[in-house]
Amino acid sequence: MSRFGHLISIDDLSKDEILYILKKAESFEPFAKGMDKSRILENRLLANLFFEPSTRTRMSFEAAMKGLGGDVINMTAQEASSVAKGETLADTVRVVSRYVNAIVIRHPLEGTARFAAENSDVPVINAGDGAGQHPTQTLLDLYTINKESSLKNIKIALMGDLKYSRTVHSLIKALTLFNPRIYLVSPDSLRLPEEFLEGIDGDISFASLGEIIDEINVLYMTRIQKERFPDEEEYRRVAGSYKIDVNSLKNAREDLIIMHPLPRVDEIHHSVDGTPHAKYFQQAFYGVPVRMAILSEMIE
Amino acid sequence: MGEQLTITKIKEGTVIDHIDSGKAVLVLRIIGIDHQSTEPVSMAMNVPSKKMGKKDIVKVEGKFISAEELNKISLIAPKATINLIKDFEIQKKFRVNLPEVIEGILTCPNRNCITNSREPITRRFYITLEENQVVAKCYYCNRKIVDIDRYVI
Ligand SMILES: Nc1ncnc2c1ncn2[C@@H]1O[C@H](COP(=O)(O)OP(=O)(O)OP(=O)(O)O)[C@@H](O)[C@H]1O
Ligand SMILES: [Mg+2]
Ligand SMILES: [Zn+2]
Repeated sequence: MSRFGHLISIDDLSKDEILYILKKAESFEPFAKGMDKSRILENRLLANLFFEPSTRTRMSFEAAMKGLGGDVINMTAQEASSVAKGETLADTVRVVSRYVNAIVIRHPLEGTARFAAENSDVPVINAGDGAGQHPTQTLLDLYTINKESSLKNIKIALMGDLKYSRTVHSLIKALTLFNPRIYLVSPDSLRLPEEFLEGIDGDISFASLGEIIDEINVLYMTRIQKERFPDEEEYRRVAGSYKIDVNSLKNAREDLIIMHPLPRVDEIHHSVDGTPHAKYFQQAFYGVPVRMAILSEMIE
Repeated sequence: MGEQLTITKIKEGTVIDHIDSGKAVLVLRIIGIDHQSTEPVSMAMNVPSKKMGKKDIVKVEGKFISAEELNKISLIAPKATINLIKDFEIQKKFRVNLPEVIEGILTCPNRNCITNSREPITRRFYITLEENQVVAKCYYCNRKIVDIDRYVI
């Protein structure tokens, strides 16, 4: 099979492999911007199997595949739910893998991507399985940091919902390959679960944003969801202190970059969008060259 | 014979000794012995033991259970010893070893795990020792089980 086989978890990649993908992604930027045309995946077909809605990730894979001359077939969440009633996922994957060159899968249950890979004749890319893994998001996050700041000696604050955010969980794991200084900024009820610190010997500590804003190079924001709180009032009281606007950034380093996996609700005020710190839309764009790099490596 | 025989001798078969007391029934479940099996099985519970205070013993007549199967017992009874009996004599004695991977006998506590769906899937766990405690980690969702007894199928 291809160089990387399947891409199920960021843990499946070594540091060298990660750096290799980041480097390769850089060379795909002109194609991602539509400035240049590539045909390297011509006559190749990708299946997007989305058992859960995710416009952004799905479209980004589609843009990446088409930008390299390939084509895409989609199974939407709606179609998936009718499939789910009759056929097993194992059967769906067995069938679909026979007429495409790679499969991207998003599913609400943890471990689904690994199981899909066992039933597939072609490479499987995990685009999120429940609270589990979403490795292409992690790779595009690393790419953004590398591009807009630096992975070397990075000081990063992860802020918001650190308990349920799978984006944060796999980013922490990957970041520790680069000797970072990591600050965790979250409400008590949404602290990073201990298990994610296991086996990680990085420089990680809890902090408030005010304490560290003049020190960090990267502020990685996540959304705090209402459903995590017993009632509306509690949500507003707690979540309110994990929002940023231009005032929160008064003491920030000039080169601070702000990231967010999107979609945001109101945790980043629109007034921040116009500052040189705001990199979240650029980050979303980087999803395309990074996925181009992944697809080009995985599809024969 | 070091200890008084609580149950009659068997001519041929497998004796599982030094089972943590109270775990004999789980041991039978793990090695797949139930009312549908044909081998006569006897079980002694809460037998006084010098080493363990109290222990359980299981004897399966006419059957030599494979080491791989027996090693699964170590998940819940790490001190268990196996005695293979032939012509009323102990032919072979060994301790169970913790396997690295175990398939089939545990369920994942994570209700959101693919192994708890209706997919045709074999449950698989990585087994490790953490501070002398047996820990099983789901191959599919990475969830850890510490209280293993509760998740034996
Ligand atoms: N023929 C037999 N039929 C049934 N059980 C037997 C037979 N022979 C031995 N056993 C049982 O097998 C176990 C081990 O017997 P053994 O004579 O080795 O005792 P031991 O010296 O106490 O050994 P250990 O050090 O393992 O405790 C005991 O529980 C004994 O009752
Ligand atoms: Mg004895
Ligand atoms: Zn599981």
